[in-house]
Amino acid sequence: MSTSARSVRPLLPGIVSLGVIVVLIGGAFGGLLVEGFRDLSRAIAAFDGYMLRLIRFTLLQALLSTLFSVVPAIAVARALSRHPVFWGRSFILKLFAVPLALPALVAAMGVLALFGRAGLFAPLLSSFWDGGWPGIYGLAGILVAHVFFNLPLATRLLVEALDTVPGDQLRLASQLGMGAGASFRLIEWPVLRAAIPGVAGLIFMLCITSFTIVLTLGGGPAASTLEVAIYQALRFDFDLARAVALTVIQIALTLVVVTGLIRLGANVTGEANLVVARQRYVNVGPQELLFNAICIVLALLFVAGPMVAIVVSGLKADLGRLLSESSFHRALGTSLVLAVVSATLAATLAWALAAARSYSSGSGATFLASIFDTGASFVLVVPPIVIGAGWFVLLRHFTDVFSVAPIMVALVNAVMAMPFALRAIRPAHDAAAERHDRLCLSLGITGWNRLRLIEWPVLRRPFATAFAFAMALSLGDLGVIALFGSEGLKTLPYLLYERMGSYRTADAAGLALLLGLFCLTLIMIADWLGREEKDARG
Amino acid sequence: MRLFATLTAGVALLLVPCVAQAKGTLTVYTYESFIAEWGPGPQIEKTFEAECDCDVKFVGVADGVALLNRVKLEGTSTKADIVLGLDTNLTAEARETGLFAPSGIDLSNVSLPEKWTDEIFVPFDYGYFAVIYDTEALKTPPASLKELVEGDSSEKIVIQDPRTSTPGLGLLLWVKSVYGDQSAGAWEKLKDRVLTVTPGWSEAYGLFTKGEAPMVLSYTTSPAYHMIAEDTDRYQAAAFSEGHYMQIEVGAITTNGASNPLAAKFLEFMTGPGFQDAIPETNWMYPAGKMDTALNPAFDKLVKPSKSLLFSSEEVAKNRKEWVDEWLDAMSK
Repeated sequence: MSTSARSVRPLLPGIVSLGVIVVLIGGAFGGLLVEGFRDLSRAIAAFDGYMLRLIRFTLLQALLSTLFSVVPAIAVARALSRHPVFWGRSFILKLFAVPLALPALVAAMGVLALFGRAGLFAPLLSSFWDGGWPGIYGLAGILVAHVFFNLPLATRLLVEALDTVPGDQLRLASQLGMGAGASFRLIEWPVLRAAIPGVAGLIFMLCITSFTIVLTLGGGPAASTLEVAIYQALRFDFDLARAVALTVIQIALTLVVVTGLIRLGANVTGEANLVVARQRYVNVGPQELLFNAICIVLALLFVAGPMVAIVVSGLKADLGRLLSESSFHRALGTSLVLAVVSATLAATLAWALAAARSYSSGSGATFLASIFDTGASFVLVVPPIVIGAGWFVLLRHFTDVFSVAPIMVALVNAVMAMPFALRAIRPAHDAAAERHDRLCLSLGITGWNRLRLIEWPVLRRPFATAFAFAMALSLGDLGVIALFGSEGLKTLPYLLYERMGSYRTADAAGLALLLGLFCLTLIMIADWLGREEKDARG
Repeated sequence: MRLFATLTAGVALLLVPCVAQAKGTLTVYTYESFIAEWGPGPQIEKTFEAECDCDVKFVGVADGVALLNRVKLEGTSTKADIVLGLDTNLTAEARETGLFAPSGIDLSNVSLPEKWTDEIFVPFDYGYFAVIYDTEALKTPPASLKELVEGDSSEKIVIQDPRTSTPGLGLLLWVKSVYGDQSAGAWEKLKDRVLTVTPGWSEAYGLFTKGEAPMVLSYTTSPAYHMIAEDTDRYQAAAFSEGHYMQIEVGAITTNGASNPLAAKFLEFMTGPGFQDAIPETNWMYPAGKMDTALNPAFDKLVKPSKSLLFSSEEVAKNRKEWVDEWLDAMSK
């Protein structure tokens, strides 16, 4: 008996973590199913023309966003890889990583600050437009914001792919006197063709589940996606039957896309590991040089534009007054508490899963190990709005939804950030386990002692990386808080969205700048901690 | 250990607002613009608090329809004692929820164009929906709903979402009462003139006064604000030949609030001068109760509807879902 107890005990934290995930997702599905069957005829009636148009628009905007992100990215990535060394190249690549670290709401503000009715470009655009610039609401706004996020992402992923071309091939091409066209056709295109489906699939997935961008830049029922419609059905209409029907469609859609993605072998979490320039031999003629320079400069302007706009319009706001407002203090406090709780939870869950996985694979239980693995990645398939919506309809049978809002917001954000936290913790944990497992076994160090004496000193850093990353994600979230927020619970993004809604644009711009800075700082800390860790191990 | 301390502190911080207050408290859910700095809320709060020696807590929820949804969502666990700002288009639906209690107050102060007999809902003001236009941006305003629907689509209007806002729902019913079965077609035409659909009245009116659009859906009484507070005739209501849809705004006690003696007291106060005197020049609507002061003469200069349109509450309750779906369908095309 004692042996079986010993073999299960190390798995307990992992099992509990998995349990938390299963309960969170299962509870949401349960809530939706119960509600759907309670009012089956109305849930079925919700599959109407409006629903079809929602699906069509959701797919259309995702398709166009993917197209406008990936096609230019091919040219930009190629240009960057053809010029492995030039002044500012590494700065551009670093800059291209920034949009991913910005909360979607902040990016939306940046786009509005440039192209909105009162944006920096509005006077210029108005002179071309009959009756004044109407602002960038609707499909155009959604596309610009999505491309702002995804063009740099696609560029980085494609540069990474192009970097895998062996230097010898490039040298050979240059010796054979191949021009730009021939080397694109014979050397670059085969590599790109292999990478593009995965990259495009990832971006399509990100756009199909995009909530904040569509909510803030949509501007009416004609430009609404499924996720936004779920939110509106719950918070505008209180039409539960419709919310359930929409959620079912959203899940079906993401499942189809993710299955396709896995078939394509895409990296669903989208991390680019760039090789820093090494010696490459490329012949670039003057015409190509000009073309490449134009590509790079245009992409740079497009990506830097909204960021500059956030800073410029943010600094124009009355920051002194904003910072001294009690509503700001409350929102900041709420945001920080929720983000700290959620990040602690995310990092702890990730640690427990990593430990359980490495223990079970070490003891030969590969099936168990793969469950701990998929448990984490399954979360990525279910959009937070769907989980929030499920719990929203479930909880209202038991309690006042808004009184448990803080718990829901922290929990859903934690589970959503967990896969990313796991990525920071798992490699370090596995390496440490390999090094210490036998020693601990022979010395009989287990449980709390092992955690405190052996694991914590080694895993402190990756834990902090995971924590900072999860905190940034949670701090910038508008999805779950949009569902659960109320006058009793306002986070920074919620306050920002409220000010945007009441057209207090200057306030919103100031808040966006602050929120963007918070998140960027956290991501930079996470990145720095992670890099030091890799260096120390390497 | 430090982690645990952070967690505990976090949870404690979140729980602080729940600690009970000592003095009697009345919680009133209402729409956002009611409690704005320039709205009637602050003044009414002060007057009633002086009278009752209690603490009035206003909670703002976007707009009238969202207000009802919020109460439905919270159900019997709602913290609201009073819900202020539903209108007669919603009262039948609100009654069916069983979440509202009879007011039990004397209605002799109530004064409306029609006789009021409801046991649960007590009116506090009324008005007529109208398209307000900026005379500097629009030379010839539409003279009928038909002209609005069929007019130049480059002259934009800001409207509200009928799923959240009572003016938004009002326009939907206005179109319904004029176009009947042809409403969907009318919306498909009107859609091109709509600059944007806002969740509440305040956002829409804010966009309009900022000059983002030459027209906005509001009330015949809105120009009074600009005449009295800003001394300008620039913003005017367009008189529509088909008549104007009417709105009667009401307050009611929730079943939870029925046990709070302050609730009935507040409703009674609502029909008297302490509340009504504030209505015309802060909520910019016609009073529905007894005032001590006379109405500002500016109100005499406002558009008087040739005909007032109003569906029965029951009829709206029966069809609202279907009509809103029709609107969504037309607007998403």
